Amino acid sequence: MAGDNGTAAPGRHERFRGDNPIVVSGLKNQFGDAVIHEDLDLKVRRGEILGVVGGSGTGKSVLMRSIIGLQMPTAGDIHVFGKSIVDAEPDEEIGVRDRWGVLFQGGALFSTLTVGENVEVPLKQFYPQISDELRHEIARFKIILSGLPEEAVNKYPSELSGGMKKRAGLARALALDPELLFLDEPTAGLDPIGAAAFDNLTRELKETLGLTVFLITHDLDTLHEICDRVAVIADKRVIAVDTVPNLMELDHPWIQEYFNGPRGRAALTAQALDELRRHMDEPVAAHAVKALDKPPAGKDKA
Amino acid sequence: MTGLAEYELHEGEGGAVLTLTGPYLVSTIGALDEELRDLPGPIAKVDISGVTEIDTVGAWMACSISTDHQAEITGASDRAQRLLGALDGIDSEQELAAPRLPVWSRVPEAMGEKMFNARTGIVGVVSFLGALLISAGTLLRNPRRFRMVALVHQIELVGVSALPIIGLMSFLIGIVIAQQGAVQLAAFGAETLTVNLVGRITLRELGVLMTAIMVAGRSGSAFAAQLGTMKLTEEVDAMRTIGISPMEALVIPRIMAAVLMMPLLGFYSSCVAIIGGAVVGDLMLGIPFWTFLARIQEVVPTYDVWVGLIKAPVFGLIVGLAGCYHGLQVRGNSEEVGTRTTMSVVSAIFAVIVLDAFFAVFFTELGWG
Repeated sequence: MAGDNGTAAPGRHERFRGDNPIVVSGLKNQFGDAVIHEDLDLKVRRGEILGVVGGSGTGKSVLMRSIIGLQMPTAGDIHVFGKSIVDAEPDEEIGVRDRWGVLFQGGALFSTLTVGENVEVPLKQFYPQISDELRHEIARFKIILSGLPEEAVNKYPSELSGGMKKRAGLARALALDPELLFLDEPTAGLDPIGAAAFDNLTRELKETLGLTVFLITHDLDTLHEICDRVAVIADKRVIAVDTVPNLMELDHPWIQEYFNGPRGRAALTAQALDELRRHMDEPVAAHAVKALDKPPAGKDKA
Repeated sequence: MTGLAEYELHEGEGGAVLTLTGPYLVSTIGALDEELRDLPGPIAKVDISGVTEIDTVGAWMACSISTDHQAEITGASDRAQRLLGALDGIDSEQELAAPRLPVWSRVPEAMGEKMFNARTGIVGVVSFLGALLISAGTLLRNPRRFRMVALVHQIELVGVSALPIIGLMSFLIGIVIAQQGAVQLAAFGAETLTVNLVGRITLRELGVLMTAIMVAGRSGSAFAAQLGTMKLTEEVDAMRTIGISPMEALVIPRIMAAVLMMPLLGFYSSCVAIIGGAVVGDLMLGIPFWTFLARIQEVVPTYDVWVGLIKAPVFGLIVGLAGCYHGLQVRGNSEEVGTRTTMSVVSAIFAVIVLDAFFAVFFTELGWG
């Protein structure tokens, strides 16, 4: 007895084995007279969570839109899974759209479909041969994997809270078991508990599913907690890509302001506190936690 | 073989063993799904050591086979193990589609809902009109709060930029009435009465009616769509919190523009239609252009002009009211904007035509026949 699948060509099912699923080189984006990016280079490593930071208006979202082919760059080259995005026509089938998932800032759920039907859309689009029953099952477990309660499956997006919309958007982004996940400010607008839960979810999914994550964020806690490396966009380029501790050593004014400003320090202390709590059985750590928990004159946020 | 997902069921020690080989991915599972579901039990073991690639969908398949047959999964790679762990314990039968009632209770329910909506709709429109009058009253007491710029802007949109399309439409209507009328009247040898026909029908009825329909389609729909989108993006709520009344800032300028522009547009439309008729008279009937216009003055009583001019602002009010009311009723999603826009146009045109019939009877009773 053998199952046969004659339609799919061999090789299409192989995961990307190269080092850099995303390679951007010499990217230039220009709107009218305003140059957003100039000579921007970026390589994303396989299996990492790359955080992308930059001031407002530095073109983080434009960079993401360029990589996923929604924004034709003025010049430069973008390769995803070794395939050029720039050379392709806007809606041309280039065999990468079923290998990435995108979570837009507002969730971008289709408002006339329920959450479950939203998750089914990419499945129907790319794999019409999947039976209805299996497709329903896939949609259900993706939604539950994304941390939504079972009852959310047949709710409309307008009936969900902001945090639930993000999770539903994530479930749709994960519908095709992508290798690459784009998240545009996933924790913006979430309460700290929701944001921390979303960070954990991102990390867990990355580890379980072996994802590479391209994550735009303003959330310093997210950067400290889950990002393997952080790319800083300033002066129209990516000025540095490194781990957070290494970035803090750099002598760029914006980076210093960003990571060593009051909020940056608070996030760092919070993370140090978390780290210490994991070793509470050791007396030194316990003392340190106590000391940090009670700031002397209430000046420091930690 | 690589590239194809396959399976084999054979007897081993302790029961049947199902061996899965090849890639078990969302892209390859489609062909196998039904066969795997229909496998005869019992199965004691599911061996997935031969699986080259696996994703959550493949793992889900293995998981559900093992749950269905109480089979044990062996030979899982690290990745498969992680995926199986993540999927473990997920069991949901929740329907994906929004809950829906069976036909026999859905139809009466939809009917009942229509009835209730009709009632709330009438109450809603009347309260909206009341709120509008109250705001207008407040504005009269505090004239400095009146938004002149917004009004002028709306007048431009509703009135000035509608001139070309309404002009063209009326010109063509004038031509058609004159030409068709002349053909019919010729049977009685009364072609010259074409002047009466064109003059009276355009000034009394068609000029204003067609203009109202055009304004409903052009501006009423725009009101509904604009206000609906502003409602969705919470702009209307933002205004309220700043202390700006949406009634004063959004609704009154739009409705006033419609009320003020309708008589002007209606009169303009009638005039252009008469010019259209005069052109036909000149070319087809041998009535010189200027003579046609001079005759209009003699055969059309002044009250015909008044009939048109009195109806026009009422129609304008209806169109503006329908557009703004439906726009502000938008809730939930973007589909609603479309529905409400359609509803505003349909209800405005319907109300205008019904009212026009009442006006016709009313003015005839008045002796303005």
